[in-house]
Amino acid sequence: MSEMQDAVLRLAGLRKSYNEGRPNEAEVLHGLDLLIGRKDFAALIGPSGSGKSTLLNLIGLLDQPSAGELYLLGEPTRTMDDAGRTRLRGESIGFVFQFHHLIQAFSALDNVLMPLMLRHGRPSPGAVDRARGLLAAVGLEKFAQTRPNQLSGGQQQRVAIARALVTEPALLLADEPTGNLDTHTAAEVFELMRRFGREAGCAVLLVTHDPRLSAACDRTIDLVDGRIVSDTNSVA
Amino acid sequence: MNCPCSSTERPVRSPVLKLWTAWVLALQFLRDGRGQTVTIMVGVAVGVAVVVFVSALIQGLQANIVQRTLGTQAHIRVLSPDELNLRPASPAGTLQLVWEDKRAQRRRSINNWQQVVATLDALQSVRAVSPVIAGPAFAGRGAALESVALTGIDLLRYQRIIPLSDYIKEGRARLEPGEAMIGSELATTLGLRVGDKLRLDTGRQNPAVVNVVAVFELGVRELDARNVYLGLKQAQALLSLPGGVTQLDLVVDDIFAADRIAQRIARLTALQAESWMEKNAQLMNALSAQSLSTNMIIVFVSLSVAFGIASVLSVSVVQRTREIGILRAMGAGRQQVLQVFLIQGALYGLIGALIGIAGAYVLVWVFNTFGPGLFYIPVPTTLVLFALALATVVGVLAAAVPARRAAMLDPVVAIRYV
Repeated sequence: MSEMQDAVLRLAGLRKSYNEGRPNEAEVLHGLDLLIGRKDFAALIGPSGSGKSTLLNLIGLLDQPSAGELYLLGEPTRTMDDAGRTRLRGESIGFVFQFHHLIQAFSALDNVLMPLMLRHGRPSPGAVDRARGLLAAVGLEKFAQTRPNQLSGGQQQRVAIARALVTEPALLLADEPTGNLDTHTAAEVFELMRRFGREAGCAVLLVTHDPRLSAACDRTIDLVDGRIVSDTNSVA
Repeated sequence: MNCPCSSTERPVRSPVLKLWTAWVLALQFLRDGRGQTVTIMVGVAVGVAVVVFVSALIQGLQANIVQRTLGTQAHIRVLSPDELNLRPASPAGTLQLVWEDKRAQRRRSINNWQQVVATLDALQSVRAVSPVIAGPAFAGRGAALESVALTGIDLLRYQRIIPLSDYIKEGRARLEPGEAMIGSELATTLGLRVGDKLRLDTGRQNPAVVNVVAVFELGVRELDARNVYLGLKQAQALLSLPGGVTQLDLVVDDIFAADRIAQRIARLTALQAESWMEKNAQLMNALSAQSLSTNMIIVFVSLSVAFGIASVLSVSVVQRTREIGILRAMGAGRQQVLQVFLIQGALYGLIGALIGIAGAYVLVWVFNTFGPGLFYIPVPTTLVLFALALATVVGVLAAAVPARRAAMLDPVVAIRYV
């Protein structure tokens, strides 16, 4: 029971089909059950087309499952409306994408502040301090006013991590966060996520193709053809 | 559920505070897409400049025409009702065929006109009332004879209807007994100057000889050739209507309400009341046709501005698809995305309108300074405010469709959009 209460995310018989009700209907996820705990640092691996991205979209509440249930912080989400999912997503999930996806029109600092601004409006001095602190923690305090296109790929990804953590989310979702970085920068970015996961006490789920990266995670979930084929915990 | 990761700040869900973020995003997007922003704002500015300039021009022109027209006539004229033949009513159930000779309308006084004047003076919407006696006469000097319209007035009261002193060409506006003011055309025809004598013959009394004390020029040929102003008493004597007046001339505060006020006066006094609008029906037609064409211009310019804004925003939504997806992933609601684009539309309209109004001021200045100089165009504040409001509203409405498309984007698709 304690394990259940400790869960950030729980999937129960989660299914996802595309083109539902049409002749070309295709089920991509075939009833997944999964539990992610508060302190998990897990890698989601699997070959291309295995449904990793679909699963990540569902967990990130960007998409809705066809059947089954997805509990985020204990809240069932399948029948939630868009406003409810937006609220829950803003409160409890941080995203890091492969192509860092910063908003080019805003400075690095404003990009980090954006999730707070979307929720609260004008950021308080405390919020600005927090964002500056996060930029400092990723080693970019000097680049607060710099536009993303003036930053290197690794720097942009670090801004994206700071942005994902500014709301103190319960779950950090990372989609190939090091996918287009060189190995040295990739290692740095990975270490940052690792450190923040530990310090901020948030669960991390990262999708990766890189076996070295998944090996460095505490837990590895292997998705093949829409089914979880293995779930190994290297720490326990 | 108590979450250890909950944010240090309490979630504030005030729509006003969230609107701030939409503002910031909208402004930043506008600044970021500078080329587009400038292009569309110039488009809006040109449209607004045209609307403001044309409206000001037409309003100025109309005000000028109306002023010229009303400068020389009363807004409302109250007259005695026509005299009718009395006819016995036909017994019930019978059909009556009538062959009637209409009565000649002789000149007669308005009954109890002093009381009517007092009543009309008390009306809120009426600015001034002047009793007038008018009738035909011949004006002669030596062997020359001209038919004129004899107009007996109380100069002090009449000045508030038509400011005669403003039109004096020669002499001074005054009407003691034995004095007359004549129009410039008549003065030329009869070779009269101030100080000369003039013979007036109404065919009812012995001709009177009066001194010309002033020559006026109202700028309307007909009036300048025919109007001869006398004191009320003298005109009453000449026209054989002692103590009587044939009409009451009125001016009102709101000239375009003249017809309604005239109807009211007719009901109130059981007299005939006709407004300048009835008398100048053709002018009124021309004015409303002009107003209609101005309104058409406003509508079509607004439409083209709206389509311009809509198309620029549609492109912008496509260009920003990925950023919209990111914002949605970071917790932006559909409402917020909608607001961001509606605000952009409003700003296109508002800022474009500000530039356009500045442009319109320049155009008006150029017209007033270097134009034909026939009349002066003012730019009314209400017109400026109207243009600002119109452009902003058009901007928001034009943004509605692209903004809705942005708000309804599927975040999954939007994020992967390249």
